[in-house]
Amino acid sequence: MRILSWAYLVLIFVFILLPVVALVVFSFQDGRLPVPPLKGFTLKWYAEVIADRDLMAALWNSFIVAFGSSAVALVLGFLAASGLARVALPGSVVMRGVLIAPMTVSYLIIGLGLLQIFNKLGLRPSLLATGIGHVVINLPLCFSIIYAAMGEHQRNALRAARDLGAREWQVLALVSAPMLAPALAASFFLSVTFSWDEFIIAFLLTRFDITLPVEIWSMLRSGLSPKTNAIGSLVFLVSVAIVVTLELTLFRKPRP
Amino acid sequence: MTAEVRFEAIHHRFGNFTALHKVDLTIAAGEFIVLLGPSGCGKTTLLSILGGFVTPTEGKVIINGKDMTHVPPRGRPTTTMFQDYALFPHMTLLDNVGFGLRMRGVGKSERRTRAQEMLEMVGLGDKASRRPHELSGGQRQRVALARALAVSPDVLLLDEPLGALDMKLRRQMQDELKAIQRRVGTTFVHVTHDQEEAMAVADRIVVMNQGRIEHCGSPEDVYLRPASLFSANFMGEMNRIPVTANGQNAQSPFGPIAMTMTGREGVLCIRPENIGFSGDVSLGPARLVESGFFGTHHRCHFEPLAAEGTRIVAHLPQGSQPGIGQNVELFATNAVILRDEVAA
Amino acid sequence: MSIERFERKQGAALVAPALLWTLAFFILPFAAMIWMSLAHLEGREIVTGPGLGNYVRIFSEPSLLRGIRVSLEISAIVTVVSVILAWPLAWIIATRVPPRWRRLALLLAVLPFWTSYVVRSYSWALVLGENGLVMQTLVQSGILDAPVQIMATRAATIIGFIHFFVMLLTLTIYSNLVQLSPNYARAAEDLGASRLQVIFLVILPLTLPGVMTGAFLTFVLCIGDYITPQILGGNSELTLPQLIMLQLGRRGDYPMASALAVVLMVLVTLAYAACARWLKMERV
Repeated sequence: MRILSWAYLVLIFVFILLPVVALVVFSFQDGRLPVPPLKGFTLKWYAEVIADRDLMAALWNSFIVAFGSSAVALVLGFLAASGLARVALPGSVVMRGVLIAPMTVSYLIIGLGLLQIFNKLGLRPSLLATGIGHVVINLPLCFSIIYAAMGEHQRNALRAARDLGAREWQVLALVSAPMLAPALAASFFLSVTFSWDEFIIAFLLTRFDITLPVEIWSMLRSGLSPKTNAIGSLVFLVSVAIVVTLELTLFRKPRP
Repeated sequence: MTAEVRFEAIHHRFGNFTALHKVDLTIAAGEFIVLLGPSGCGKTTLLSILGGFVTPTEGKVIINGKDMTHVPPRGRPTTTMFQDYALFPHMTLLDNVGFGLRMRGVGKSERRTRAQEMLEMVGLGDKASRRPHELSGGQRQRVALARALAVSPDVLLLDEPLGALDMKLRRQMQDELKAIQRRVGTTFVHVTHDQEEAMAVADRIVVMNQGRIEHCGSPEDVYLRPASLFSANFMGEMNRIPVTANGQNAQSPFGPIAMTMTGREGVLCIRPENIGFSGDVSLGPARLVESGFFGTHHRCHFEPLAAEGTRIVAHLPQGSQPGIGQNVELFATNAVILRDEVAA
Repeated sequence: MSIERFERKQGAALVAPALLWTLAFFILPFAAMIWMSLAHLEGREIVTGPGLGNYVRIFSEPSLLRGIRVSLEISAIVTVVSVILAWPLAWIIATRVPPRWRRLALLLAVLPFWTSYVVRSYSWALVLGENGLVMQTLVQSGILDAPVQIMATRAATIIGFIHFFVMLLTLTIYSNLVQLSPNYARAAEDLGASRLQVIFLVILPLTLPGVMTGAFLTFVLCIGDYITPQILGGNSELTLPQLIMLQLGRRGDYPMASALAVVLMVLVTLAYAACARWLKMERV
């Protein structure tokens, strides 16, 4: 049983880690194809990535869309959660349902719907259009994380603040937001991750200024290349760095 | 610093459920009043109406002569000490206590001085820079009190503030609450379902049941001379003996009782500690059936010789209980005859 | 104005922006898409006379009908295999790995989860190709005489999907397992159950609600994904999302793309209905 367990663990780890290890290893390939045999070590593909204007522009676009849309989703989600957690509004259940609904629908369908509406409205495919789409997919996430974090304890603290004379914006800014800081940070970073990685909405709703996943997608059309490995490795290392940082700081559980 | 509170014909409904039936109550300035009753009796609703968290369906709330019925919590001279304290976890104790002053635009240095004073008052002056989670339950409770009092409210509302504390700490906090109320002179309106706590702190107790005020009076009044069977029962253990009118006097299952009564039927109520071997009302001979020692007293079950099957519970002083099976003459003090509401 | 009305008004004002956003950019486009699915293409013009023509075509044209079948098959296989692979992994990490290495093992087991989705599919294309790491290793070690074609087949799509969903399911099942009290296993062992009996009769049933939730999520994400089948499966067999993109790209046939999207939605809803009923039965 013991040996079987360890054997299984090793095999499945090989399966899980194989593609990323290959990705990173062959990004240093001194040759035109990122497949065995490994011909030597070079950093020239990384140099090419950094010198690639389109790629760097796409990186910057992704950055703007990710942080911009996440900020909007965070604010909208926070306000909505504050409103719905405060009083039982008529139709609260329906409103919660509507706010969560986009989570249950494939990104492809959301993108397709937006594409049609934007065509009608005359809004050209652009970073703005993509950002709007990313708010749609991240708003339910922010809302539900923040709403779930607003317990009875929270509600009473808000009542206490109002009782002591705080105005509505003061309640939100001085009591509610600081108390919810972990939930706000978690939902913001999750949103950034999702938006950063999102492909299909960005693919449908951008044309000239494109985001990084779309740029990588277009690189794939020219087949396998160590340069694609290099940009893929960079994206991977950045994500891992963020995850490890969050793991060590924000989500660290106090040791019992 | 202190104010009179008047509830005028407060009526409140939640959907089909009527939480308060035309409640009238006047609370004097500087009074420590306790709203007492079982859960669902309307005491917390009444407190929320006073605090401005709930608007009554009908009726008026008047504080210091001004109609406050429709004023939000922010605009009222009241502050609330919440059941779970509702301290802000991200602020130090000093910032917690100074929060109300900050909202009133008091400058930083003055605010800090005042908050520090309040913390000194509740004995936490040395912990000003701590955060709420570093404190014990009793200490948090004091911070909540200091925070509510820091803005010098005219009326302080306390919503079951001692509920989460253990017995010993609760006793201690009751004494402190009372002392602090005497010192600051603010009107205190305190809600609890614990009758011992009510008696320990109140100048006046308002016993509530099913949205109505059953009895309103001093602790002695409410305990010894209850106005209704409900409030008699709620205040503590009680022997309840059905009686019928026999001319001017009352007739019990074990013989006539030398008390006057109105109406044809009633219930003779005697607290266990008011039964003994002497007193103003004779209960006749009875046999001791069972007894147990409770530290402060012996709890004895008597059976009247004239009415087998009836039980009378008496708390007798230490060392004074007769042997099991012995016959004694029982007497009662502070006995009252009340109308049986259920039968009526 | 009563305090409750005032609070309700403020609450409504706080919810309004998010609600309007969702209505304008989700509900409205969604409704527009359903309306569009009832239109049809004449030449390059979209004619919006409502009709069910697109749906009739989907269920009569073999190439379209096949897309639905392919999508369902792939998603079902991926869901089942992923659960079967992920459960033991989560269990080994939760119970066999020494506690101090547990978080590291978990982090390692889901490490590629955090890389970009497009890049992950590309990595598999890298490994599974004819000259890729896997084939070369197999040929050089003499297991195979010549490379076998995996890329641009259904197998590649399924491998790519399983890779992703094993990680997702390991996370959900692991969190489910560590929440179970160790006393369940102790009680079963105490009553004479063998190791395997403990796992199959006690632990597995206790994690079933979590497994079902994860499986549902797997199915839904899998059936709606375009990237993995497009990069790994290529054009050999088209899935529903690939067909949708094809309608858009090749002919600008928005009505047909919308109709296929509606069919996709219906499939997801049916899966949800099946799952919800199953979970409910489990609770009784």
